[in-house]
Amino acid sequence: MNKQPITILQLYPKDMNIYGDHGNVLVLKRRLEWYGYAPQVIEYNVGDQLPKSVDIVIGGGGQDSGQEKIHADLLKIAPQLKVWTEADTPMLMVCGLYQLFGNFFKTLDKKTLKGIGILDVETVGTNERLIGNIVTTSEEFGDIIGYENHSGQTFLGDNATPLAKVVKGAGNNSQDGHEGARYKNVIGTYLHGSILPKNPRLADFLIHTAVTKKYGEFSSTDLIDDLFTDLARGIAEDRPR
Amino acid sequence: MPQPFVVILGKAVRYAMRLRGGGSALPGLFVEKISPDFIKNTLAHLPRGVVVISGTNGKTTTTKMVVALLESQGLKVFTNRTGSNFTRGVAAALLGDIDIKGRLDADIAVLELDEAHAVKFVHTIPPRYSLLLNVMRDQLDRFGEIDATAKMLSAIAQATTDTVVLNREDRRILAIQDSLKKQKVQFFGLSDELLATFPSDDDLHNAKVQKSKRPAAGVILKEYKDDHATFTLGTRDVSSTLKLRGIYNVFNSAAALALTYAIIGDKIDSTAVMKALAEVTPAFGRGEQLRVGDQPLELVLVKNPSGFRLGLQSFAPEGYATMIAINDDYADGRDMSWLWDVDFESLAPSGVAQVSGVRAYDMALRLQYDEVAIAHIEPDLAGALRQFIDVNKDQPKRIYCTYTAMLALRKELSKITKVEVIS
Repeated sequence: MNKQPITILQLYPKDMNIYGDHGNVLVLKRRLEWYGYAPQVIEYNVGDQLPKSVDIVIGGGGQDSGQEKIHADLLKIAPQLKVWTEADTPMLMVCGLYQLFGNFFKTLDKKTLKGIGILDVETVGTNERLIGNIVTTSEEFGDIIGYENHSGQTFLGDNATPLAKVVKGAGNNSQDGHEGARYKNVIGTYLHGSILPKNPRLADFLIHTAVTKKYGEFSSTDLIDDLFTDLARGIAEDRPR
Repeated sequence: MPQPFVVILGKAVRYAMRLRGGGSALPGLFVEKISPDFIKNTLAHLPRGVVVISGTNGKTTTTKMVVALLESQGLKVFTNRTGSNFTRGVAAALLGDIDIKGRLDADIAVLELDEAHAVKFVHTIPPRYSLLLNVMRDQLDRFGEIDATAKMLSAIAQATTDTVVLNREDRRILAIQDSLKKQKVQFFGLSDELLATFPSDDDLHNAKVQKSKRPAAGVILKEYKDDHATFTLGTRDVSSTLKLRGIYNVFNSAAALALTYAIIGDKIDSTAVMKALAEVTPAFGRGEQLRVGDQPLELVLVKNPSGFRLGLQSFAPEGYATMIAINDDYADGRDMSWLWDVDFESLAPSGVAQVSGVRAYDMALRLQYDEVAIAHIEPDLAGALRQFIDVNKDQPKRIYCTYTAMLALRKELSKITKVEVIS
């Protein structure tokens, strides 16, 4: 039987891929292969043509200069991203693209960078860098473990729910005690780079959602050995901030 | 506190630390705390001034080369040899070299400095010469962003009083020349042929400069194969065999040559320079070769994704047993996401014999996703090293390790083989 294809769209790998974001794409790709599907990764950079349909969208963090470079292009493709969002396409947006998927990002020098408003969140730049190992917990995904490094602080509006509660670390901002945001199947988070390797439940959520949406059911019976993941999570949980 | 007391106290702390083993920067920290002007007072009177070497990768080996090249010209050189490239590391090194009255018997100081610390350092002590190697994604949890790092290097260049030596193949380093008004600027670079084959990790690739926009360089690495390199010095080609391994180290030898020519000028004895370059061995832990039993064991320090990628591209895994040791102390970088920016597929055919360090399972997880087989995992470094040596007795061995893992492994290795003592 031919393997069923699943298309992963990676947004702006040239400019928004600074903290090991490649790892998130690799984890999706490998797990899909191990489950017996045929993943195809499409890289979308400024000025490229968007594919007609995609199954998973993923985006990473960047420097301020990277955000400025992609900003106009992101506004341009926003209508299509919104159509996919409303059609329940699973997406994972980390750091910089999490911020720009929100309503706006007000920088330290009072410039306002307009977001695309898929997530009802707003971000303000600060002088405080929230940095270090972070442990959060969510009903749907269990403990989500990773590393955060951001000076923008994000506040959630009425139409976004937090992804998780913070157990150790800062999360969205230094006050609210929650991390990330969720709207439909779009997830935004500050846990950069290695979020999916250490959190396979999140990876499998994106995969199951995409496969079920496209093929009606997730039919793989293959199991993935996540022993190293469990051991790495155990260590990460206890490391200092 | 008067300088002599500071010196005596500092030397005492340094001695006590060495009895305990390790702690290269701690005595320096002590002196830094009780006498903030200690370094300035000691370095201010050197006849040929202070040289600062900075950049993301290759500082330690390049500094070692520059010291050897300057010594070949008869200069007495002070340097911070430990690779503890923070200000306190400089203070610690000074404590070892000064006499009890606080005098330093040297013509020139050649210092490798971490970008962030260099900015503070040059503010107090403007260097006469600076050499800026590259800007790559480093431990971003320490510096924030790569553009911020480039700005720090630019500040070093602007504080320099005589000559700035720049890598013309690195877009961000090349751009620093635009901010320089009063300084002389020299470049080092690669021939077009080598530039095309230079290990292209994403960063290098993005940062590559268009051929047509490259300025003329005083020293160019023209050809490199096995252990043989040819440099173009102005209009003249010079060839040499080298003990350094890996194109990245060899490219940095072009940097060291360019800086040495800038410092010595026309009177340089170029035969002596090339002879000295041929003898330079890699800095400790930077492709350093030890012998265990009747087999070689190489230590390759990995600090950031670009450095790790360059290491994997420089040293072929075939025929070697490979170990990887990852710690996450401050000096290593706390954030493990950098491992996901390194491609380990080149290790898939031979597999990895041993994985170790505090973050051994993070590394194992990373290798799993590149489908690289792992024979043994043992987070404890001493135990892992013993197992690695026992199981792979009859094979050459190579260990990729983060900074604190390297220090721990060298200490263990010194119990069973000759390891150069770094003080």
